[in-house]
Amino acid sequence: MRRLIPDGMSRRHFLQHLAGASAMTIPALTMAQTLRVHAADLQRRRKSAIMLWMSGGPSTMDIWDLKPGTNTGGPFRPIATSGDVQISEHMPLTAQQMHNLAIVRSMSTREADHGRGRYYMHTGYVPNPNIEHPSYGSVIAHELIDQRPELEIPPFVTVGGGSVGPGFLGMAWAPFSVSSTGQVRNLQMGLDDRRLMQRMYALDLIEKGFIGDQRGSAAEDHQKVLKKTLNLMTSEQMQAFKVDQEPAAVKERYGTDAFGKGCLMARRLVEAGVPFVEVDLGGWDNHQNIFTTLADQKLPVLDKAMSALVEDLDQRGLLQDTAIIWMGEFSRTPRINGNTGRDHWARSWSIVLGGAGIKGGIAVGATNSDGTAVETEPYTSQDVMASVCKALGISLETTFTSRNGRPMKIADGGKVIRELFS
Amino acid sequence: MAVSNVSGRAARQAVQHGGRGATSRRVVAGAVWAVVLFGAAFGSGVARRCMAADEPAALDYGIPQVRLINEQVRAGWAEHQITPSRPATDGEWCRRVFLDVLGRIPSVDELREFLASKEANKRDKLVSALLHDDKYTEEYARNMTTNWTNVLIGRSGGTERDTLTSREGLQKYLRDSFARNKPYDRMVYELVTARGVNNPGAEGFNGAVNFLTMKVNEENGALATAATSRIFLGLQVQCTQCHNHPFNDWKQQKFWEMNAFFRQTRALRSFVPGTRDVASAELVDEDFAGEGSTPEEAEIYYELRNGLQKVAYPRFIDGTELPTNSGYLSDINRREALGRMIVESDYLDRTIVNRMWAHFLGYGFTKPIDDMGPHNPPSHPVLLDQLAKDFRSNSHDLKELIRWIVLSEPYGLSSRTNSTNVTLDDPQLGETPKFSRFYLRQMRAEELYESLLVATEAHKTRGTYEEQEAAKTQWLQQFVVAFGNDEGEEATTFNGTIPQALMMFNGDLVKQATSMDKGSFLWRVANSELKPAEKINYLFLAAMSRPATKNEVDVANKLLAAREGDVVAALQDMWWAVLNSNEFIMNH
Repeated sequence: MRRLIPDGMSRRHFLQHLAGASAMTIPALTMAQTLRVHAADLQRRRKSAIMLWMSGGPSTMDIWDLKPGTNTGGPFRPIATSGDVQISEHMPLTAQQMHNLAIVRSMSTREADHGRGRYYMHTGYVPNPNIEHPSYGSVIAHELIDQRPELEIPPFVTVGGGSVGPGFLGMAWAPFSVSSTGQVRNLQMGLDDRRLMQRMYALDLIEKGFIGDQRGSAAEDHQKVLKKTLNLMTSEQMQAFKVDQEPAAVKERYGTDAFGKGCLMARRLVEAGVPFVEVDLGGWDNHQNIFTTLADQKLPVLDKAMSALVEDLDQRGLLQDTAIIWMGEFSRTPRINGNTGRDHWARSWSIVLGGAGIKGGIAVGATNSDGTAVETEPYTSQDVMASVCKALGISLETTFTSRNGRPMKIADGGKVIRELFS
Repeated sequence: MAVSNVSGRAARQAVQHGGRGATSRRVVAGAVWAVVLFGAAFGSGVARRCMAADEPAALDYGIPQVRLINEQVRAGWAEHQITPSRPATDGEWCRRVFLDVLGRIPSVDELREFLASKEANKRDKLVSALLHDDKYTEEYARNMTTNWTNVLIGRSGGTERDTLTSREGLQKYLRDSFARNKPYDRMVYELVTARGVNNPGAEGFNGAVNFLTMKVNEENGALATAATSRIFLGLQVQCTQCHNHPFNDWKQQKFWEMNAFFRQTRALRSFVPGTRDVASAELVDEDFAGEGSTPEEAEIYYELRNGLQKVAYPRFIDGTELPTNSGYLSDINRREALGRMIVESDYLDRTIVNRMWAHFLGYGFTKPIDDMGPHNPPSHPVLLDQLAKDFRSNSHDLKELIRWIVLSEPYGLSSRTNSTNVTLDDPQLGETPKFSRFYLRQMRAEELYESLLVATEAHKTRGTYEEQEAAKTQWLQQFVVAFGNDEGEEATTFNGTIPQALMMFNGDLVKQATSMDKGSFLWRVANSELKPAEKINYLFLAAMSRPATKNEVDVANKLLAAREGDVVAALQDMWWAVLNSNEFIMNH
């Protein structure tokens, strides 16, 4: 009897075969030039980044840059930390980790609409109807993938949120979106390997017929995603998603809420070799009753999980190679509105960075006395990306060129925030 | 036996019109499949040239709006020196028009009937049938209802804890409106001004209230203001700071002037007796005292970013004032006044034309389609304006608008690129759409769901309408990702990424579709009177509206050998591959 796949041929081998066969279909967009000035950086250990994405726009002057005693300051008090900074009294556990983290207090951006702000802070570009830019997660996964040839699961995972897509890098670099339970649906086919591979062979033939008819990049992307999916279904690395396997004490330390589980999963994923993980914590759009919401709901959750993540990464020796990025799409008005809330505000706010060689325990930049303006050099999304790239050893000369000839420099000309590396 | 016989003339027609290319390599090659089974040659395997290239270009069916679209879009091609893609084959066009109008692919019978027709106006006839024949009314209304539910309340609207939205109630209203082809202006007026109770069956039920029930109570109705302006007028007033042009304060003023129209409106909860569970919500209008001291001049206040207070009264987007600023309902119902101004506004027509164009062509004249302010000029301004005017003068008849668009030349083009439009007309690469080819796009999750039912002929036995919708809604929830802000924004993971691929590989829906149980689709195909090769062809016609190629039949043969002659099992493998292919999941 003829067999499509000879006995003894491993599934992995078959996948490589498929990969080879589809190598003819070049992605719609190729990286025209990847100049790596600092080649030595590549020799370092494998780098990763974890973004803690605060969806809705958290009020950073109630968390990282307090203005007690002013008419904008609100009721929260600052407390001392293990670093040379003060933060909110509602972040006591994180306060003990501040020697590992740096606050950038002079963020100044222009996008104060949720969708636009989310896009800008994720990509470094303002929304443009004519082009979709890749999110930082896609870009960093794309740049760091070569450090981990053994990686079988997606290089960009987003936990509990939507992130921003891969833009012109193509769907193969899309964020893999999972819930914080780590349960990935529909993983099992229930067929023996040989029959699965025979089906894949038939599927591959149909796919190629369609692609061969010049249908453009969407048809090709589909085929790449199929291959990644098959990889995932057969990978031992999927264990990384199973947060429930952690000891009870560890789960308790991170917090058993969705964000706590998400942060714990982020650590497991980084250990497994995933270069970029985004963990989403929503609910910061506090137009009303902001102080009770922050004190009773949002900050306890954030404090527990964020401090646990930093501490855990540090104890495991992973923090020196893992960049932490804490930010939302913007912040909230210094002025407290009639509903005891704060509205959207992008002109003066804070983000937090740490790990991967970023200097901890410091605050970079400053706002004025009531928090309504930055008084030092203002920083942007691009500057954050440039700094993260430096921490991860990604050259800022890296350039993507779209097929229609538009060159795009990584971090779009952002400048490294020097104080973070002094 | 539900499986149709596709042999004979119809199959040849399918080859003629349904093949992929204008080459002769696409052949009904039943021979090998038959040899394996019976050791005897079978099948005529007639190779025919695809006739697409020889079809007359740009029929207008005597419809002035179709002519207008063709002329205006062609002018763009000439300007950019683009040669359009060839016309789509009849099979491709048929599949696409079923998907876009009814939200599902055609059945084999429907496809065959269309392919068999030799009439010059067969496309017009099919469109007219899909829009006006009673047997399609429910599916048309369902498809439009699905789209508009997502537009009006999002994919997760009505599933929130303690929700004031009845998804079912809104869908009941929409389904009825689309089934009766209610004029669009009438529908918009009803959605903007509705009063009543949200739940079907409740006394005073009015499903139209569900557009606003969750948008009026919080933040003084900011969501109602933003959604109404964006969805019906194509104006994004919610971002007071957007685009960084110097008119921020102008925009902020506009926002609160529009907001003032909603200040008489509230959604009142009723609870399940003895609990705090919301039983229903009623949208009511009440006297509004204003935020000052005089209800006769019921003003509202808002803050500029520098903290200054400004006053606002109800003013339409073009500055039109009301006869009175009174907050008393006995003097004026502000929402009804707003509803009248919206349906009289040109913005209404431009926005719906843009939305429908994008639905059928994949991209609108602006991107995003509901941001049509002066900062975002349309790609085809003359066409947009004229279609908007014609839509109004045709009594806001959505079915007429659909007919104009789907009979136009750009809608009838192939999705295959050529050397001139592969880069110059790729909106994914940042080019402004020139509609010189049909842009390949994923089926939406709802379309895939319905299409799988039709492809497996499971749509004939599927319970009541409500049961069907409930099952579908539950299935769809796995793809929804919320963004965690107060504006209820959300995304879908049904976007060509891994979770979707996993669902198609292994999910229950596909398991069901590939079932070999007695009486299942595959069982019926396997046990039908069809000749062996035609069974394979039947699968391809059912899923892709074209017969199998020779290579595909060859693979089916190999699968049959691997399954040791078990026809159902081999069909199952092939069917699984077909359903997982890009060609099935894409609208092309």
